[in-house]
Amino acid sequence: MNFYLVSLIKIAVVFGIFMTTLAYLQWVERKVLAHIQSRTGPLRVGPHGLLQPMADVLKLLTKEDLLPPYANKVFFLLAPFIAVSLALVSISVIPFGPEINLFGTRTYMQISDLDVGILFILAISAVSVYGVALAGWSSNNKYSLIGGLRSSAQMISYELPLTLVIVSPLLLANTLSFRGITDAQAGFYLGFIPRWSIFQMPFPQIFGFIVFMIAGFAETNRIPFDLPEAENELVAGFHTEYSSMKFACFFMSEYANMVTITCVATLLFLGGWHPLFPAPYSNWVPSLVFLFFAGVFLFQLMRPSRKMDRLTYPVFAAGSVALAVLFAVPVLQTFLVPAFWFASKVGALLFTYIWVRGTLPRFRYDQLMHFAWTFLFPCALANLLLTALFVAVF
Amino acid sequence: MDTILFLIFAIIAVACAFNLVLQKHPISSALSLIGVMSSLAVLYLLLGAEFIAMAQMIVYGGAVMVLFIFVIMLLNAESEKSSGKSWFAQIAGFPLLCALVAMFVFLIRVALPPMRDVHFGDWVGGTAEAIGMLLFTKYLLPFEVISILILVAILGAVVLARKEID
Amino acid sequence: MAHVPVSWYLTLSAILFGIGVAGFIYRKSIITVFMSIELMLNAVNLSFVAFSYELHRIDGHIYSFFVMVVAAAEAAVGLAIILTVFKNRGTLQIDEVDSMKL
Repeated sequence: MNFYLVSLIKIAVVFGIFMTTLAYLQWVERKVLAHIQSRTGPLRVGPHGLLQPMADVLKLLTKEDLLPPYANKVFFLLAPFIAVSLALVSISVIPFGPEINLFGTRTYMQISDLDVGILFILAISAVSVYGVALAGWSSNNKYSLIGGLRSSAQMISYELPLTLVIVSPLLLANTLSFRGITDAQAGFYLGFIPRWSIFQMPFPQIFGFIVFMIAGFAETNRIPFDLPEAENELVAGFHTEYSSMKFACFFMSEYANMVTITCVATLLFLGGWHPLFPAPYSNWVPSLVFLFFAGVFLFQLMRPSRKMDRLTYPVFAAGSVALAVLFAVPVLQTFLVPAFWFASKVGALLFTYIWVRGTLPRFRYDQLMHFAWTFLFPCALANLLLTALFVAVF
Repeated sequence: MDTILFLIFAIIAVACAFNLVLQKHPISSALSLIGVMSSLAVLYLLLGAEFIAMAQMIVYGGAVMVLFIFVIMLLNAESEKSSGKSWFAQIAGFPLLCALVAMFVFLIRVALPPMRDVHFGDWVGGTAEAIGMLLFTKYLLPFEVISILILVAILGAVVLARKEID
Repeated sequence: MAHVPVSWYLTLSAILFGIGVAGFIYRKSIITVFMSIELMLNAVNLSFVAFSYELHRIDGHIYSFFVMVVAAAEAAVGLAIILTVFKNRGTLQIDEVDSMKL
């Protein structure tokens, strides 16, 4: 198949999976936050609230689309466009798996493998500051302006530790393309310790990983760094005056940025799609995990808490068993198993994001900026210097 | 394909540059300048300069223009009031501009040897590795001097923009 | 017209430089004047990269990198100066900053 057709198919597949992930990430967040706070979250719309994202999309589509008469129209309409298009474009350089051979076509599980992939992600996150700044300014509203300026200042301040801490695993991998970085993390030490960047000699990047996650929280405006858009501080910050689809654009761009940052973290630090212990034993892990889920559903079926559960739990259990069987087929395992490892690592990091949101209070704005410039930036710099020293000596 | 890409992004760059000069409000000019820089980044990619293209987006589009936009928003810059400009500038401005550009183009045609064609992918010499090699061997002294220049600029900006402590 | 010689990139650079000069001379708001300066610097960067492609040497990229860095430093200091002038004179139009005495 020629190059353009394959690329179009890949774009369609990745886009579809990405948009579904964004919608259901919101469901996961509401459920996890609810269980942290000892309540149940969305429960009524569909079984266990699984159709809640559909209801939210319908609600956002049918809301009144306001265009305030005192706002600058061009920039008011341009800002969510910039925010959402840049957030969605950055998924195009993220690899999900190794090179696969499907129906006679050899292709990468990635839309495009740039030689400077990591710089592309940094450039996109640098330019996406404009979406926030323009939204805040063009709304012609005190709260939006302050929220927009604070949010953009926070994003550009935390870009510095983010960029510096990204350089350290690049020193270990010696290349800027995402595929090269992940290929440098293949293999195992002593036969069972994976060669991910956080474990890699000469200098394990654990500290860099922690700094990256903290800077990632600040880049995506999540708690504990979400003062610019907190409800009890600035109404809603820079997206106060937005409603309906324009608000949905900002909402989507926040979740898309979250997913992108966690994907970059797994590729740089956690080894991408490489398994935790050597193949071929690790090829059975997805099937075992899905069988375990089926077991949990069947166990819960013995004491169902609601009448509908007597119907939904067997359905979910059957679905898990079907997935386990699917992941055990050797032909499909070449591309399903790496995608499973990648998705589970990204999922674990996203769960950490939601966990932190439910647990920590937020920083005050001056504490936030002080933390970036006086603590996080020297930490990232020290990490880089130590990595460079160890790489040069050994 | 190269021709189409070059023409599209060259026309976008020139249109945004005209927009920058003709718009009244500084924010519109700033956004037009960001448009110019983005289209120039694509042209750098066509010329095989991938590191410089990404550096252009990160440094110019992500830092310098954000600084401009912050200053415009903080100072609440308004649209320019059209004061009485001299009649000479208004009548002879555009023709003189065309004369200047025509002089440049004439020099390019006459004084330079025939140049090669640009095909995307013919020469991918602008990798980070190659630039790094050159930057740290042949151009090490300018590199260190530029670091001191940035340090001086940071100190200057901090001192100038500080609130006066009475 | 299936090929694009490098001289077209140089022509584009000349056009952008000319527009930058026009903006620099014609505009009255100091920030727009500053942005015209940035436009001129970008045009020169395009020239450097085009010549570097022509000669198949990366030295042009290095010079372009230095120009970028100097432009960033100059933007920082220049905008700080603009802030100070605004604080003292209250205006951003360069026509109205026309006497040494405050």
